[in-house]
Amino acid sequence: MSGNGYMIEVSNLTKRYAGHVAISNLSFTVERGEIVGLLGPNGAGKSTTMRILSCFMPATSGTARVAGLDVFHDADEVRRRIGFMPENNPLYTEMRVREYVKFRARIKGLYGAKMRDRVDTVLQQCGLTDVTKKMIGVLSKGYRQRVGLADALVHEPELIILDEPTIGLDPDQIRSVRQLIKDLGKKHTVLISSHILPEVEMTCSRVLIMRGGHILAADSPANLEKALSHENQIVVELAAPIEDLTICWEQMAEVEHFDIAPIDSDYFRCSLTPVNGADIRPQIFNMVKERGWTLRELSRSRYSLEDIYVRVTRPQSEEELY
Amino acid sequence: MRVFFTLTRRELAGFLVSIAGYVIIAMAVFLMGLSFSVLVGKLEVPTPMPIVELFYMTPFFWLILILSVPVITMRLFALEKYSGTYETLMTTPVGDWQVVLAKFTASLIFYMLMWIPLIGCMYVLSRYSNDAAAFNWVSIGTTYLGIFLVGALFMSVGLLASSLTRNQIVAAMVSLAFTVSVFLLSFAGEKFGMETDWMNEALRYVAMVDHMQDFARGIVDTRQVAFYLTLSSFFLFLTYRVVQSRRWK
Repeated sequence: MSGNGYMIEVSNLTKRYAGHVAISNLSFTVERGEIVGLLGPNGAGKSTTMRILSCFMPATSGTARVAGLDVFHDADEVRRRIGFMPENNPLYTEMRVREYVKFRARIKGLYGAKMRDRVDTVLQQCGLTDVTKKMIGVLSKGYRQRVGLADALVHEPELIILDEPTIGLDPDQIRSVRQLIKDLGKKHTVLISSHILPEVEMTCSRVLIMRGGHILAADSPANLEKALSHENQIVVELAAPIEDLTICWEQMAEVEHFDIAPIDSDYFRCSLTPVNGADIRPQIFNMVKERGWTLRELSRSRYSLEDIYVRVTRPQSEEELY
Repeated sequence: MRVFFTLTRRELAGFLVSIAGYVIIAMAVFLMGLSFSVLVGKLEVPTPMPIVELFYMTPFFWLILILSVPVITMRLFALEKYSGTYETLMTTPVGDWQVVLAKFTASLIFYMLMWIPLIGCMYVLSRYSNDAAAFNWVSIGTTYLGIFLVGALFMSVGLLASSLTRNQIVAAMVSLAFTVSVFLLSFAGEKFGMETDWMNEALRYVAMVDHMQDFARGIVDTRQVAFYLTLSSFFLFLTYRVVQSRRWK
C-alpha cells in the first residue's frame, strides 16, 4: 500500500473500444474523504472511468490505483474496498428489499450477526425500513435508488462510486438522495458522476469536468467560478433616450463592450462587459442619477458553474481552462 | 464456498420465484403426460420391454430434453447482461468460477426438479400393471442418472451460449441448435455411417439415444458417464474463459 493517502490515483488511463476512444490519457487523484463529482455530457467517458475503477473491465493502457492497490492486478482486494452503483442501478427485481441487501452482503463476504447488523444499519440509513418486505420490482424509482445505495454501503467500503445516482428521480427524491450522499462523505470517499450541474455543485467538494475522454477542468466549484469571474457582465435596465444611452456607454472608459436591446416602450436592457471585470455599478448608478433617468435594474451576473460547464464542454471551441 | 451457496440459492430462487420457472415445469409436465398416454396405449399390446425403456422411446421424452434446456439456460448470463445486474455482480469480490458453477448448479437442480413428476407416472404404472417385473426402481434410478448426465451436458452448452450474448433469444437458439444436432447424431450412424468402421465407432460414442437406452435398462457404462462428465466440464471451462475474457479486452 502506498502511503501517500490518495484514495484514487489514475495516471494516463486510456480505454479504446473498437473504432473509438472512450477515455484518453486520463490522470487525476482523489484524496481520502473527498466527495468528487465527474461532470460531463453523455459519452464523455464518465461511466467508462468508473467501470475501470470498479474492476469491471481493464483499461487499454495506463494505471489506476484504489487505496494504493492496482485495479487490474489486485482486483479482488480493490472490489472489497469499493461500493459501486452502476448507471441505471440494475437490481434483481424479483427479490425483496431485505433479501436482496442480505444477498449482496453475503457475496461481499459478510456473514452471521455482523451481516444482519450491517443490513439493518444500511436499511435504516437509506430510509428503507418500511419497505423491507416489498419486492424491488414494485418499488418506486426513488426507493430503488436507495436500495442500490444500501447495497453499495453494506460492506462499509472505503470508496463509494455512484454512476448517475439521481437520474430519473423527482425533485423530492433527488433532494433526499443528495442529502444521503453528503452524509456519506463524512465517513467515506465518494466519487459520483452526473451530467446535471446543480447536483455536483451542491454535493461535491471537487469537480472534474470531462469531455471526449479528457478532463478539461478540475477544481472546487467555487474556484472554478472564481477563475472565470473576470469575465462577468453588468446588466442595466433603464428608461432613457437611445441616442444618449449609446453615447454614454461609448464614452465610459470602463466599458469594453456593450449591447442595447429595447424591451418595453421606454425601457432598454444594456449588457455591459467591463474592462478587467471591474465592478462599475456605483459609477453607473451615479451617472443615471445625474442625468435623471429611471433605473429599474442594475445587476452583476457572474458565471455560474453552469456557464463554465457549457463553455468547457462545448464541442466547437477547443479552449481549455488550464 | 459460502459465496457459491449464496449465489446458487439466488439463481435457484430466480427460477422458482418467477413465473418463467413454473411455465417451464408446466410445459414439461404436459409433455410427460402426453408421453404417458402414448405409453399406456402401447402397453395394450404385450411387450417384453421394461416400462422405463418404453417411456423414453416416446418422442415426447426427447422433446422435453431438447426444448427445456435452452429455455432454462438462456437467461442465466444473457438476462443479467441485458438488465445490467451482471455489472453489479462482477464488481463484488466473487470469483468467476463461483459465478459459473453457481449458475450451472442452480439450473441443473431446477432441471432435476422438473423431472420429478416422471416418478409419479412410473408409480401409477407400477401400481396398476399386473406385471411387477416390468418395473423396477434400479432402472428408474439409472434412467434418472442418464437424464442427469444428458442434462449436465446440455446445461453446460446452454450456459456457454448464454455467456456469449446479452440476447436471450440468441442464447436459446444457439443451445437449441446444439441439442438438436447432438440428438440427431444418434441417427447419423444408421444413415451413412456404414461405409467405414471408425466412423461408426465414433458415432456410437456420441449416440445419446443408445446411451439412454442403456441407462433405462439399468446399465451404467463408465465410458458414457465419462463422456458426459468430460464434455460438460469442457463446456463449463469454456464458459469460465468467456466470463474471464472481459478482463482481456
